[in-house]
Amino acid sequence: MQELDTIGQGSVRVTRKSDKLVILEKDLATEQMVLAMGPQHPSTHGVLKLECLTDGEVITEAIPVLGYLHRCFEKCCENIDYPAVVPYTDRLDYLAGMNSEFAYALAVEKLLDIEIPRRAEFIRVIVAELNRIASHLVAIGTYGIDLGAFTPFLFCFRDREIILGLLEWASGARMLYNYIWIGGLACDVPADFLKRVREFVTYFRPKAVELQELLTGNEIFVKRTHGIGIMPADVAINYGWSGPMLRGSGVKWDLRRNDPYSVYPEIDFKVVVPDGKHSVIGDCLSRHLVRAAEMEESLKIIEQCIDKIPSSEGFNSRSAIPKRIRPKAGEVYSRAENPRGELGFYIESDGKSTKPIRCKARSSCFVNLSAMKDLSKGQLIPDLVAIIGSIDIVLGEVDR
Amino acid sequence: MEEGKVVSQSVQDSAAAYSIIHERFGAAVSALDANETMPFFEVVDTDRWVEIALFMRDHAKLKFNYMACLTGVDYPAEEKVGIICNFESLAQLNHKLAIKLKCARKGGSIPSVACVWHTANWHEREAYDLFGMTFTGHPEMKRILCPDDWEGHPLLKDYKVQEKYHGIKVPY
Repeated sequence: MQELDTIGQGSVRVTRKSDKLVILEKDLATEQMVLAMGPQHPSTHGVLKLECLTDGEVITEAIPVLGYLHRCFEKCCENIDYPAVVPYTDRLDYLAGMNSEFAYALAVEKLLDIEIPRRAEFIRVIVAELNRIASHLVAIGTYGIDLGAFTPFLFCFRDREIILGLLEWASGARMLYNYIWIGGLACDVPADFLKRVREFVTYFRPKAVELQELLTGNEIFVKRTHGIGIMPADVAINYGWSGPMLRGSGVKWDLRRNDPYSVYPEIDFKVVVPDGKHSVIGDCLSRHLVRAAEMEESLKIIEQCIDKIPSSEGFNSRSAIPKRIRPKAGEVYSRAENPRGELGFYIESDGKSTKPIRCKARSSCFVNLSAMKDLSKGQLIPDLVAIIGSIDIVLGEVDR
Repeated sequence: MEEGKVVSQSVQDSAAAYSIIHERFGAAVSALDANETMPFFEVVDTDRWVEIALFMRDHAKLKFNYMACLTGVDYPAEEKVGIICNFESLAQLNHKLAIKLKCARKGGSIPSVACVWHTANWHEREAYDLFGMTFTGHPEMKRILCPDDWEGHPLLKDYKVQEKYHGIKVPY
């Protein structure tokens, strides 16, 4: 190979003849090409634009361009009362509205220092975990589509529809719920809700296994994800990764366990990390496996919640909601484990106003996506699609 | 810290971490505000921020390897803008600490810590975009959420939105 290095600056075209490389052409002029992927590209999961510098099929740099969906969430918050922010949080990560509301409610409750009824806590966890499953189903289904597997997508959306139906029954909306309020819930769940949720759990358990086999038993899917986009654990932490992304890199970290909130300390569930037998730790397949296994853990959590939940007798979902939400002066940074990672809210109150002085949403997708530049270097263009899909971004949360 | 008040374990951990930083940097950092919701201190001498950041990340008893969040804040009364960083020693020592930095409202700058924590890279760009302070030493100091040719910094309290953007009426 040494003589190849000495023949000039440009690329060469070689062929192999009986163990020897024969040069067919040399000093071929190659130039870097700029390939704009998005903002209207189906594989970028929304309005993300990637400016790729490519050398042939290889990506030398992929720069994410954001902001197409920027709606000044934080500026809006400064102009409305605390409870009025809740519907806006739905629109951050619109695939996991319940979880976003939950995170926001927790932050303000910490500032107010109030306790909420125990039944409300359990209902919150149940709806949040249902929403987590729905969100992971979208992540897994669309990831399949990105890599050419269409059937799992249909299966995912069939089952997600049941969850959306349940959540609609409880809250009145399919995706943008406004259900978890500061200090409680908008209303108690309907009479037969928990029974139906249990039925769903029994129904979904074998379906999750089937879905898992459909993808990890698919050789094309595995070949496209195995060993692609590897992120070592320490770099992942330095990038601020969280959620399934961080666990995919083998860090056993889950805010539900490591910084517990609500009733999670009472509940037994496993923090899923890849075992390294089926995937290279930190690659796209690991992240997919973590999401798939997390759905089963969510089912377990839901089952335990239904067992432990206090009865609805004498329960008023709004009993702990203050008449006028005006926290004392102070600031808080509070976070919750969302399907995509740590969703944090920094809220500052001056003690006089009923509006937050500053309300910042720390978006998990925003932080996870920031590693794109490093992840994509030296990858092939089709692998870039596999990497973006595995990050599982929701642009509503990235751009806020 | 007020006497006779019950202080939670996490605040005690934060106070212990703070005392190590205070011991090393003395007057460059302010006293710790040990409140229950978010214990924090301020870096008074912002020129030493990168030095403090590296110390925090690498010291064996601090190990703040995870920057959870970086928030820009406007202090119109003091004529200042600032940032608030939330740190955590993830999967190692598990303590948390928040740090505040301030700079002049017009043309102020803060040293960038994007070389210490990758998380800071995009967050600092966001803070610049929305508040207008620059971060010296940042690899790519440009807007991230707003378009590159947007006027003003939207999260400043006295921000007035531009009338037209490329001929399109902006305020509705």
